Amino acid sequence: MKINLNVDVKHLARIEGHGNIKIHVENGEIKEARWDVVETPRFFEVMLKNKHYTTAGLLAARICGICSISHCLCSVRATENAFKVAIPETAAKLRLLAKHGETFQSHILHVLFLAAPDFFNEPSVIPLIEKKPEVIAIAIRLKGLANRLCDTIAGRTTHPVTFQVGGVTMMPQKNHLLGLQDELKRSLDDLQIVADLFSTFTLPDFIRETEFVSLKGEKGYPFIGGSLISSDGVEHKEQDYRPMTNEYVDKNNTSKWSKLSRESYAVGALARFNNNSQLIHPKAAEVAESLGLKPVCHNPFMNNVAQLVECFHVVHEAIRLIDELVESDPSETMTKVTPKAGEGVGAVEAPRGILFHHYKYDKTGRIEMANCVVPTTQNNANIHHDIKSLVKKSAMTKEMTDKKLELLCSMLVRSYDPCVSCSVH
Amino acid sequence: MKYLGIEPQKPKIAVFDFTSCEGCELQLLNKEETLADFLNAVEIVSFREASSSSSDNYDIALIEGAVSRNDEVKRLEKIRKNAKVLVALGSCACFGGVNRLKNEFDLKSANKEVYGNDPKETINVRPVKDIVPVDIEIPGCPVSKAEVESLICHVVWDSPFQPPVYPVCVECKQRFTTCLFEKGQMCLGPITRAGCNAPCPAGGQGCWGCRGPAVEPNYDSFFAIVKEKGFADIELREKLNFFGAFQEVIIS
Repeated sequence: MKINLNVDVKHLARIEGHGNIKIHVENGEIKEARWDVVETPRFFEVMLKNKHYTTAGLLAARICGICSISHCLCSVRATENAFKVAIPETAAKLRLLAKHGETFQSHILHVLFLAAPDFFNEPSVIPLIEKKPEVIAIAIRLKGLANRLCDTIAGRTTHPVTFQVGGVTMMPQKNHLLGLQDELKRSLDDLQIVADLFSTFTLPDFIRETEFVSLKGEKGYPFIGGSLISSDGVEHKEQDYRPMTNEYVDKNNTSKWSKLSRESYAVGALARFNNNSQLIHPKAAEVAESLGLKPVCHNPFMNNVAQLVECFHVVHEAIRLIDELVESDPSETMTKVTPKAGEGVGAVEAPRGILFHHYKYDKTGRIEMANCVVPTTQNNANIHHDIKSLVKKSAMTKEMTDKKLELLCSMLVRSYDPCVSCSVH
Repeated sequence: MKYLGIEPQKPKIAVFDFTSCEGCELQLLNKEETLADFLNAVEIVSFREASSSSSDNYDIALIEGAVSRNDEVKRLEKIRKNAKVLVALGSCACFGGVNRLKNEFDLKSANKEVYGNDPKETINVRPVKDIVPVDIEIPGCPVSKAEVESLICHVVWDSPFQPPVYPVCVECKQRFTTCLFEKGQMCLGPITRAGCNAPCPAGGQGCWGCRGPAVEPNYDSFFAIVKEKGFADIELREKLNFFGAFQEVIIS
């Protein structure tokens, strides 16, 4: 077959950060099919050096503008593990509630503002304000609520202020929590409309078997801390993240790449669901079933659906947590912290997948060594191999055009909701 | 969208990201209560994080991020040529932001530490105004969307755009936030430009000066308070340097 295709996307749109797609097919032979991250490195691991433990979380938050709550929580957890500090139960609940707010905010942003325009054949959400006002009204309502939840608990959605080593500095007022709970309950109707809308979308039918890495849920669907698991059966403790992530440098990418049992692995909502579906809230499980999401799902486009399913989970869980928090002692949110020499690792499920921060401290509480392994860093190699496989499986037909292939591959990359500047950090 | 039967002139806006976390751009999609109005009041012709269509024909360029690689210098110069008004959006664009902390380290060994034997291209972090002239600065980590809205009104209708001249302390008083110095913490609120509504002190965290100096800050009395409360110069220096906005200030 004389199939010739060329795709050359510089700085792919509707994702966070800068990445390129390059595909060159000549006479039916794939000469090139690449996903390359070209983001400028910021060297956070170096900037964290010599920083005092009270500063580390603030600086780490700035790694990412969308998942700054996860970075901050992961950072303070790494420090708490290094100092062997246990935080009060109320603080742990507040952190988890903020985490749910972030997951909700980030998933809605991705599913409705960044991914959905592809399904309506529009370049962005802006034309949809006129064409699909009812969908946009819901999108704006849900994102607004998720952001208010984060603001209330974390002090601010982007770059939180209340999370410090030892706990949380501020207990929100009871009436604010109950007001949010009421809104969360009502948001479930909006979410159902979004789920119904998604059931009308046709996702590309593409399968590439891969390995999924996430936290391993013990008592509940996992978000903060715990052991690590892969769908190929590898398990490690939180502090043994290095043999799980195996980062290496690729010459074409400013983001590192990762691998475990295969040439690459995936993290994110789909990985969490694949590894922990039995622990997701029953109402979210119903939505998963209605949208055809079953573990182990190897279609990366289904990450969009997994994110939507997780929205149901975090809203239900946030409603429950608020019930518990209004009964909690508001004075017990901070524990006394004494810095000491040592190492600690924190693992947190950021919206885009499992995130690790690892710090080594001197005895005055200053960082000697820092290492951060970020979700999209772990996904980049998997995206790259997916593109190759997608071109091989879907592009070799006469009907395929450069434009169609560009859209298909762009949608594939977007399905991962990549956070590229974060992946380079 | 007509207002009183008249079609208003929509400014063409382009948003560009350089070395940053893209959190400031994200703020453009926040403040949900006015989001639809905001998107209707302007014509966004280029906004890679949110749209796959783009154009080089724009009036206002919003620049997020600092410059830390040579290709960014060229990109920025091209944008400056196209834009009628160039706005530095956020602390990274205005001052270099936290990225500037990198400049305290030797770049070769920083590269070695992160990338081993495969170093990646990088240069010392510089704010946008070190490369091209900047017309308006909106500092903050992240920026306040309300200020971005006010800027749009300023450019389109010439309504005044004047970020507060007073320091963050005033906003803490307005919010009834207990002074963090009283709680034994250091805070750059007395010298930092207000306009953020002081979320950090309200959340139990001293101000780190992300919005840069207020108009004519009283450094002498601020340093006297810091000394009187027993904070070491090194601690003060770290806070002043954090967002790159007070790096040139000499502690006296």
